[in-house]
Amino acid sequence: MKIKRSNAYSMATVIGASLLFVALVSAAFVASDNVLERLTVLFVYVILAAMWNTLAGFGGLVSIGQQLFFGLGAYATIRLADFGIPPFVAVLMAALLVGLLSWPISKFMLHLKAAEFGIGMWVLASVGHLLVNLDPLIQGETGTSLISLNVYQIETRRVLIYLAALISMVGLLIGLFYLLRSKAGIAMQAIRDNEEAADSIGVDAQTVKKWFFIFAAFGTALAGALWLAQASSFQPKTYFSVQWTAYMIFMVLVGGIGRFEGAILGALLFFAVETWFAATGVWYLVGLGAVAVLCSLFLPKGLWGAIESRLGLRLIPVGYQVTDETLKSHKP
Amino acid sequence: MENTSYSQLQATGIYKSFGRVQVLNGIDFTMDTKDAIGIVGPNGAGKSTLLSVLSGAQAPSDGKIILNNQDITHTPARQRAKQGLVRTHQIPKPFSGITVFENVFVAAIHAATNDREEAYDMALESIKLCGMLHLANREADSIGLLDRKRLELARALATQPKLLFLDEIGGGLTEAEALALVDTILSLSERGIGIVWIEHIVHILLRVVKSLICMDSGQIIAQGNPQAVMSDQAVIQAYMGGSVDVVS
Repeated sequence: MKIKRSNAYSMATVIGASLLFVALVSAAFVASDNVLERLTVLFVYVILAAMWNTLAGFGGLVSIGQQLFFGLGAYATIRLADFGIPPFVAVLMAALLVGLLSWPISKFMLHLKAAEFGIGMWVLASVGHLLVNLDPLIQGETGTSLISLNVYQIETRRVLIYLAALISMVGLLIGLFYLLRSKAGIAMQAIRDNEEAADSIGVDAQTVKKWFFIFAAFGTALAGALWLAQASSFQPKTYFSVQWTAYMIFMVLVGGIGRFEGAILGALLFFAVETWFAATGVWYLVGLGAVAVLCSLFLPKGLWGAIESRLGLRLIPVGYQVTDETLKSHKP
Repeated sequence: MENTSYSQLQATGIYKSFGRVQVLNGIDFTMDTKDAIGIVGPNGAGKSTLLSVLSGAQAPSDGKIILNNQDITHTPARQRAKQGLVRTHQIPKPFSGITVFENVFVAAIHAATNDREEAYDMALESIKLCGMLHLANREADSIGLLDRKRLELARALATQPKLLFLDEIGGGLTEAEALALVDTILSLSERGIGIVWIEHIVHILLRVVKSLICMDSGQIIAQGNPQAVMSDQAVIQAYMGGSVDVVS
């Protein structure tokens, strides 16, 4: 074997993650209401962090407007449910529709570079917010609710949303894992580091970026739709708020940008901080900001980056490792 | 359709301007894709820009580029790389967040083959040829400047080029390193890979190339036999600023 793509730790991670998945599924039937609701929130955070990391961490596409897809995912769910589509089908369809919509958006947005792209996405999110407000169904900022969820008993609904969020998170993470390990995954990282050089060796940058953009839009929209299912009420300004992207940035920066494990770790940390300190109001926000600043100053590769370089630990490897036997086969 | 024989690269009437600055001023040249050609000339002569135009990184303002009877003037760089035309950069442009192996592998899998195992072999071979195997698992931003230059070459080689454009790849090397580089490039030339090499270190260049082009102010002022070009009066005027016999 010349090239290694997994290691002992990653094998252990697969087993551990499978066991955790079984435990989380079982939890749906035994855990308390509050625990299920909080875990649903955590799953949505993991999705949001992983999707932002997909774009910014692996692709260098720093978007400040991912709330566009989050909001549109929720809005499309409301719309589809209003057409009589069952709510959980509407959640998935909404995400697919937003993914589809992101394709024409990618056509013009991906020609913008660096900060232009980031700010441009924010502008687009604001435009999306205003357009959604024009829909009479939404009643402007008054908003509306996903009333079709009322066909379920409150307990059943809670369990279904929890399971939907869990499956969505696992599905997206597995999808992202394979995307990053594919030919496009390594190309995306090359584009991130130097687009001109990537072009010079045969990488079709626009196509690769487009697929990453669509994937992230789909995932973020799914998160928005799930959030709506959990919260049941839809107010445009809540869903199209830039705060969502701020959270994504926080989670990814603190956890470790450009590292698969980093986004997950960041989401766990953010969730923990929110659970314990959110009640402290303004100081909670000050604390979040301070942690983000400290992390980017002292841990530029985030917590996971620091762990990785200290311990050489790769739990979810997406790269390529030349094996020792190959290295030894040829002395410099 | 231009009437060029197969396996020829032909550039005719190439002009390139950036705003009001005319960088290339009517370049005409033809080469067999198995040739080894050197390009010399003072700074600002337009050498790197010519390479960018030939490799597709920049479109010419005017003119035509024909490869093997095909007009590739408007073919983007990524397509030219798949057709076997690839360049290295004067200032190395590594993919700094991924490993040396991954830098080279991404070139093989995107330009040369769709088969993963085959791409592994191509990447490893290119890395070995450039003497970088011991760095294969290092992140590219952790290697030194000279290794970055080697990486430029390894990455270009992994695309399995037919014609390789080298932009000052020998700059900053010690004599011994430069001679090792010459050996590597000679071995490529022997395999039938065409070489267009821009270099300031003329005596290194002359160990490889059979033919020399001298550029000044966006034009070719002399071309042909290296000895003849280097003793050409116009070349000495433009490039050396006097009558110095550099070849001896």
